Amino acid sequence: MPTFNLKINNKSFAVEADSDMPLLWVLRDKINLVGTKFGCGIGQCGACTVHVDGNATRSCLLQVSQAEGMNITTIEGLSEHGDHPVQQAWKVVDVPQCGYCQAGQIMTASAFLKTNASPSDSEIRDAMHGNICRCAAYNSIQEAVKLASKK
Amino acid sequence: MAASKKMTFSRRSFLKSSALASGGMIIGFNLFNACKADVKPPVDLSQLNYNDFNAFIKISEEGKVTIFSPNPEIGQGVKTSMPMLIAEELDVAWKDVYVQQGKLDTENYQRQVAGGSQSIRHGWEPLRQTGATAKQMLVNAAAARWGVDASECSVSNGVITNAKGETLGYGDVVTEAAILEVPEEVTLKDPKDFKIIGKGKGNVDIDNIITGKPLFGIDYKEEGMLYACVLRPPAFGQVLESFDDSVALALPGVVAVITIGEKIRAYRDSGKSNWSMQMSSSDKVVVIAKSTWEAMKGQKAIKAIWKTETPLESTETHDKALLALLDGKKFKTRRKDGNVKKAFAAADKVIERVYEAPFLPHNTMEPMNFFANVTPEKVHLVGPVQTPEAAAKVVSELLERDLQDVHLEMTRMGGGFGRRLYGDFVYEAAEISNAIKKPIKVVSSREDDMTTGVYRPSTKYKIAASIKDGKVTGYHLKEACVNGNMYGLIPNFFPAGAIENYQVDTANYKSNITTGAWRAPYTNFLASAEQSFFDELAEELGMDRVQLHMDLLDNVKKNPEANIEYSPDRLQAVLKLAVEKSNWGNTEEGVYQGLSVYYCHNSHVAEVADITMENGIPNVKRVTCAVDCGIVVNPLGAMNQAKGGVIDGIGHALYSDFGFNNGVPQSNNFNTYQLIRMGQTPKVDVHFIENNIDPTGLGEPTLPPIGAAVANAIYKATGKRLTKQPYMSNMNVENSVVG
Repeated sequence: MPTFNLKINNKSFAVEADSDMPLLWVLRDKINLVGTKFGCGIGQCGACTVHVDGNATRSCLLQVSQAEGMNITTIEGLSEHGDHPVQQAWKVVDVPQCGYCQAGQIMTASAFLKTNASPSDSEIRDAMHGNICRCAAYNSIQEAVKLASKK
Repeated sequence: MAASKKMTFSRRSFLKSSALASGGMIIGFNLFNACKADVKPPVDLSQLNYNDFNAFIKISEEGKVTIFSPNPEIGQGVKTSMPMLIAEELDVAWKDVYVQQGKLDTENYQRQVAGGSQSIRHGWEPLRQTGATAKQMLVNAAAARWGVDASECSVSNGVITNAKGETLGYGDVVTEAAILEVPEEVTLKDPKDFKIIGKGKGNVDIDNIITGKPLFGIDYKEEGMLYACVLRPPAFGQVLESFDDSVALALPGVVAVITIGEKIRAYRDSGKSNWSMQMSSSDKVVVIAKSTWEAMKGQKAIKAIWKTETPLESTETHDKALLALLDGKKFKTRRKDGNVKKAFAAADKVIERVYEAPFLPHNTMEPMNFFANVTPEKVHLVGPVQTPEAAAKVVSELLERDLQDVHLEMTRMGGGFGRRLYGDFVYEAAEISNAIKKPIKVVSSREDDMTTGVYRPSTKYKIAASIKDGKVTGYHLKEACVNGNMYGLIPNFFPAGAIENYQVDTANYKSNITTGAWRAPYTNFLASAEQSFFDELAEELGMDRVQLHMDLLDNVKKNPEANIEYSPDRLQAVLKLAVEKSNWGNTEEGVYQGLSVYYCHNSHVAEVADITMENGIPNVKRVTCAVDCGIVVNPLGAMNQAKGGVIDGIGHALYSDFGFNNGVPQSNNFNTYQLIRMGQTPKVDVHFIENNIDPTGLGEPTLPPIGAAVANAIYKATGKRLTKQPYMSNMNVENSVVG
């Protein structure tokens, strides 16, 4: 099995894996970063969203062989003390119900706010449309993204 | 219950305290037996140890307070709200409380369940008694040390103060307190003195959620653990004939391929059954690998041949069968007041409508999974299940092990919605680990999760009402449903008691498709049907919709003999509040409103949906929701539940469809099955009725009414009455967004 050198949350990892193993499963099963969640495996729900070179990316669709040399950030590495403005806003608004999709929501929101620092409500709704929240905490997610944009 | 309340423990044996070997005190409370008047106390208290208790408080000598939350957390917020009840009466500062998930005890207790919106309702008094009792013992210990009477002492935030102004912290007296007699009588606070209940408290797991800590079953790992994916029959009605695993076994990471199913069949063949066992008894092929991905890949590489054992059903089969049942005579009467036949015969007019809803998968975001490690010493199970007690019991019977050897740990759950009431994945995990003698975690792919059940059953209603002299004189509701039927007291919900001649009949089609509870079982569609029907009825009568309901509810008040579940006053109050807050009837041009009012799961709810039409597509802009669930324990959590229920209800009423073709589900992932997304969601304004009535649940009650509110608004906008869900598929417009 080949070895891949990955840069995740500013640390280097050498991972032995089949070249088509999605980054999602490398993160979860090989290097024990389980904050990134499995939801659908086909890029439809957004639960597995991570940052790849700063862009929100579905880790279930990115093969480990494609991820070499890229700067990968997961929810565990979004901030050192869990205090990224988006994480803080999530706490203030008390967004999560079951909480399962929230890492993906937070990763989508944080990448989006880097490209649009003061979005309108409809821009937030468009940006977050790809992330499913089965508990339907959508009002709170929208409010938290708005709040984070003001920080 | 407006004032403080003295609670006498005729059942003092439910309480127990003890000094911990490590210092400190632990107090237990048999919550779920205590809720049931007919349950006898444990026979021999000396035989109990502290793990026998479901809910308890641990206080260390340093004064650190740990509260164990008894019930499974599926996102309904009980891991926060149940400990709030204990902390309130214990009188400690919420910020000083550490909350932990309690353990399962399968021997002594009854309702360690997440389901039916019942956790808070059942826990309200027992949990507060637990807190109050512990507080009294701590005060008694401090009073004894000071040589004063306990009544001279007061408590605030875990500090006891006597008449001289001397203070002792809980930690200072905890060891002495633990060996005191458990008081037989404690006083619960007057709701006006609540410091924690009624104040919004954030999710206790928030820091772990937002930083991605392992919390969920799918995150659980143990040294040497392997991953298992299960290949189940692709169609309901089929069973495994043979398979070829040569390709799968050659894949990297694949450790073994086995079959399971024997234990389940033996269990069933022996005449045993358990309601939590909604699963095929076919042999299943299990691929065991070193990672989830490798197991999933191996599962896809199995070449299996399936044979048909029972008929392969299609949506067409179900539609025809259910419509035939509605037109037939095979009904069971659930409630009968007066004589609907006579009322219909004497009527000026009878209107009759049929309402239809499809099967629905639950689609929790965290797919089904469970960890099992079966060893000669014990059966260790870890994961997300709403009914841990039933799961442990079935596993003990399946594997023929003592129940005492089965240890089940509950993890946080990535959603439940009823799916995790059924323990099929637990039984599979146990059977796999038992076969290979290794720790394994069974993980479903989304496709496995969506296509192998359990589902909300497809249901149809026929509702007829008679009108005579401008009044509703008769109401006859018939239900035809796959596998199940409305249960318990649902026939006594509104409009029971409001209409003189009233009848509810149910009929049932037996299918091999596994069905079960889905968030707000039966009422999730029944409310849509009935509250759409009342809209039509009001129009037929030439009455304002609000007035029709107020009048019908007045009828109930004049009929004190009515055997009903709801309160007409509380329903009228939520209706008035929703009407007021939604600015009912005074909308801007282009905005159309629909109303719905409903009682279920012990709570009363009224909702108004405001919609606009854009290119023929309804856009729900705003929902006003008025709720009476008694005292709101945690306003933040309550708001989340209420809003989530409304949006979940809109999504499934408008978009979600699930059909079968020759036993095969027609959708298997989110590219072909639509869940509501942010761009389709309205702003939901929730208003709670303020009162001091004991609290009821909120996980479900805001969901059922919303379908009708939306359908009634669409009628106003388009003149089209929608009777079949998902409504978008029946509006002759292209869905705005798919996937």
